[in-house]
Amino acid sequence: MNDMTKPLLSVRGLTLDIPMSNGTLHAVRALDFDLHRGETLCIVGESGSGKSLTSLAVIGLLEKNIRRNATQMNFDGTDLLTASKKQMRALRGNRIAMIFQEPMTSLNPAYTIGDQLIEALRLHKNVSREKARNRAIELLEKVGITAAASRLGQYPHQLSGGLRQRVVIAMALMCEPELIIADEPTTALDVTIQAQILSLLVDLTREMDVAMILITHDLGVVARVADKVGVMYAGELVESGPAADVFGKPLHPYTRGLLRCIPQPGKTERGAALGTIPGIVPSLIGDVKGCAFRTRCPHAVEACRDAIPERGEPPHKFLCVHPDGARAAEGEPA
Amino acid sequence: MLPFILKRLGLAVLVALTVSFISFSLLFLSGDPAAALAGETASGEDIEAVRRLYGFDRPMLVQYGEWLWQAVQGNFGESYYFKLPVQSLIADRLSVTMTLGVCGITFALLTAVPLGVAAAIRPNSIIDRVALFLSVAGQAMPSFWFGLILIVLFAIQLGWLPPSGASSWRHYIMPTIVLGYYAMPAIMRLTRAGMLEVLNSDYIRTARAKGAGEMRVMFKHALRNAIIPVVSLAAVQMGFMLGGSIVVESVFALHGAGYLAWESIARNDLPTVQALILIFSMFYIVFNFLADVLNAWLDPRMRSS
Amino acid sequence: MPVLKTIDPLLEEISGPTPSQILRKRVTGHSGLLFGVGVVLLLVIVAILAPVLAPHDPYAQSLANRMVKPVFMGGTWEHPLGTDHLGRDYLSRLIYGARVSLLIGAVAALISGVIGTAMGVAAGYFGGKVDTVVTFLINVRLAMPVVLVALAVVAILGGSLQVVIGVLGLLLWDRFAVVMRASTLQVRRREYVAAAQAIGASTPRVILSEIMPNIANNLIVIVTLEMAHAILLEAALSFLGLGVQPPTPSWGLMVSEGKNMMLFEPWLVLIPGFVLFVLVLAINLMGDGLRDVTAPENRG
Ligand SMILES: Nc1ncnc2c1ncn2[C@@H]1O[C@H](COP(=O)(O)OP(=O)(O)OP(=O)(O)O)[C@@H](O)[C@H]1O
Ligand code: SF4
Ligand SMILES: [Mg+2]
Repeated sequence: MNDMTKPLLSVRGLTLDIPMSNGTLHAVRALDFDLHRGETLCIVGESGSGKSLTSLAVIGLLEKNIRRNATQMNFDGTDLLTASKKQMRALRGNRIAMIFQEPMTSLNPAYTIGDQLIEALRLHKNVSREKARNRAIELLEKVGITAAASRLGQYPHQLSGGLRQRVVIAMALMCEPELIIADEPTTALDVTIQAQILSLLVDLTREMDVAMILITHDLGVVARVADKVGVMYAGELVESGPAADVFGKPLHPYTRGLLRCIPQPGKTERGAALGTIPGIVPSLIGDVKGCAFRTRCPHAVEACRDAIPERGEPPHKFLCVHPDGARAAEGEPA
Repeated sequence: MLPFILKRLGLAVLVALTVSFISFSLLFLSGDPAAALAGETASGEDIEAVRRLYGFDRPMLVQYGEWLWQAVQGNFGESYYFKLPVQSLIADRLSVTMTLGVCGITFALLTAVPLGVAAAIRPNSIIDRVALFLSVAGQAMPSFWFGLILIVLFAIQLGWLPPSGASSWRHYIMPTIVLGYYAMPAIMRLTRAGMLEVLNSDYIRTARAKGAGEMRVMFKHALRNAIIPVVSLAAVQMGFMLGGSIVVESVFALHGAGYLAWESIARNDLPTVQALILIFSMFYIVFNFLADVLNAWLDPRMRSS
Repeated sequence: MPVLKTIDPLLEEISGPTPSQILRKRVTGHSGLLFGVGVVLLLVIVAILAPVLAPHDPYAQSLANRMVKPVFMGGTWEHPLGTDHLGRDYLSRLIYGARVSLLIGAVAALISGVIGTAMGVAAGYFGGKVDTVVTFLINVRLAMPVVLVALAVVAILGGSLQVVIGVLGLLLWDRFAVVMRASTLQVRRREYVAAAQAIGASTPRVILSEIMPNIANNLIVIVTLEMAHAILLEAALSFLGLGVQPPTPSWGLMVSEGKNMMLFEPWLVLIPGFVLFVLVLAINLMGDGLRDVTAPENRG
């Protein structure tokens, strides 16, 4: 944590377009966010809002048909927009690690977990197999796997889902990354072990001072671990800011809907689901104009069809025609 | 894994027994094997003599039991035509056919797997289309005709290769291509389909997220998984190919077991034909069994269960 | 009517093209299928109209006119594709040869189709012991070298058209059995089969009215592929001299007869082999195409 003012990751105007047979799908539009060293940014939002695409865009693993544009994408001085394939490869797994949702299938069935852990280190660091093996054992122990040395010779199918996700976490930590992107790392697991694995992940990133982008549906976790929160709706970051501000004073009507009972950091129970809001998300194919939430927004007015200004006092920002967002509309004092 | 292997082995033996019975019964298809053997000009007494000499007067099942018992010991009787023990006749020729089979499957794998991988990496690209064309053409190409075309082209017109015979490795080049091309389409299609499926899987994304280069992703992570079914297909194809080598051997006058089969059928040399059918079937059964074992061994999920 | 206008595009979205419209679009957009069907139809017509189309008697020898070159190699229109080593008109033999190939392909595929489908459907529908036996028989059949067994049987019984057809028909049922078994297994799990069973429909009735219509797609595809297989095998048997016997005009036999003259007159081999190749290619493309356009998960 040498330079607290300069962000580790800085994204401006990230836009992702997907050509489809019936027009262009504007899946992610004009996203801005910053992440400092050691910080945890939680991204929440309903299914299809573009969370996974955003994380893949950062790490440069979007499918070939998806067009990525941005005014700025900077990782610790490296311009991710112009970085060569080789530079991106040197970052991936090394300084930026990724944890995916599906522990059952994200390990290669043909190799032992030892092979896969060792590979993760040796792809980037010039160390002997022996050293890499020791590091693997050390990390497996750290993620709470007993008899770590003997596990190295096992194949993924011999482990339970929870164990596999612990292996995946250990794999992400092999190179001591500065940033971990975890895309719903526990959704596919048993409810009983979800909390275990998430706390493990959070504790380790804290302990090792790793910055994290955590995509999750678990608002309780968000309330407990997030330094910053970003709320995505239909491809836009409709509200973002320090966790205490967003939770304590939600301004966007969608955020309010999500937090029907506004959780306080530390008070909200773990596992509390996102609130559901009636209505349908508009199609993002073709020209997208105005606020995408207007089909479901209780405060929608005629002006919501036009361009929506960004409001709020940085770092707490939101997108809405109402200057004070839902507060004013709901008649609360600003 | 052992119970699995034992089960497969049991099945293989049962199949082999059934096939042996069928190939033995072929002898009786003609109605009276003694009459066939004695020739068209033979008198009734001659036929009777032949019948007793070869034991055709006994019940068929007894004859089958005896034949099988001898066959298991490697004794297939005497060739009607050569008047030699069938097994020594075949042993001589088998090495030619085995050489051809091994060369053929190697050629098929060396062309089909890279083509299938390349096609899967870039679906609908030129390579994909060429690969598809080659496999569609390969399935429709009569192998005897393909062989003759190669002879016209490379032996007659260009004079690069000998048209027939088996006296040097150069004699094996064209037969290898023809026989290999027969197995190529299936191997290529399976490689392509397997790679396409594997490339879409989560662990490939994981490998990329680790920072692995494309080559490493393709060959270490993807191909290793996609090749498992291909290996067993290749073993099965090898069994088929040996059975199909009869056409290729006759086109190139390659005196292997297939050629011997052709000659023996034309000469009504039934003991030799029976033995060859049984031996080619055994090849298929053995390779099929090997394919199962190989598959189980290559796939960690099966190896440990 | 402004109201209708706003609804219109929505309605179109919901109703979409009808299944037959989708099918027509897939068929006309599939060049392999069109080529395959076109060539096969053409050859079927040629085979049927052989007596009308053939310029000469395919059996008429003319020792004075042996190995006349085809017209594109300096021959005359009297014999557009030249004559063979006995002076018989090559084009006429080729045209009559289409009859042999198509007849053998169609009838052999029919016979093996009946055998294989019966076995496969029974195995898939009844499961248990029936399935075990059928699977075993498939294994046995696969273990037997087709060319060798066919050659041996034809040699023993004599090489007539009927024998060749019968032998191939009795040998090529394995793929039918494998595919029909798998398809039946799939269909059997669906609700409408359970529903039919629940209302007390008899087994033959369930198989004929619920199972068969749903596996017919796959069956047609295998019929075409096995037809191509049978045609290739007949040609190979005849080429080896143990299939259809001379003087019957079979393409495989023509290649075999031309082989001796190959050094000087390669076209004698090239022409019948090429026609054979094109027919088999066309049937295969037709089969692959049918599979593509009838596959339910096909995306346009
Ligand atoms: N390769 C692709 N081609 C076409 N559309 C895509 C592609 N990838 C994603 N999309 C679309 O982009 C939108 C955003 O997808 P994304 O996976 O980022 O959602 P998400 O917020 O992660 O949702 P979830 O919570 O379900 O994971 C979705 O509407 C999705 O259908
Ligand atoms: S811009 Fe309009 S529709 Fe969108 S959130 Fe604000 S009030 Fe609701
Ligand atoms: Mg997602």
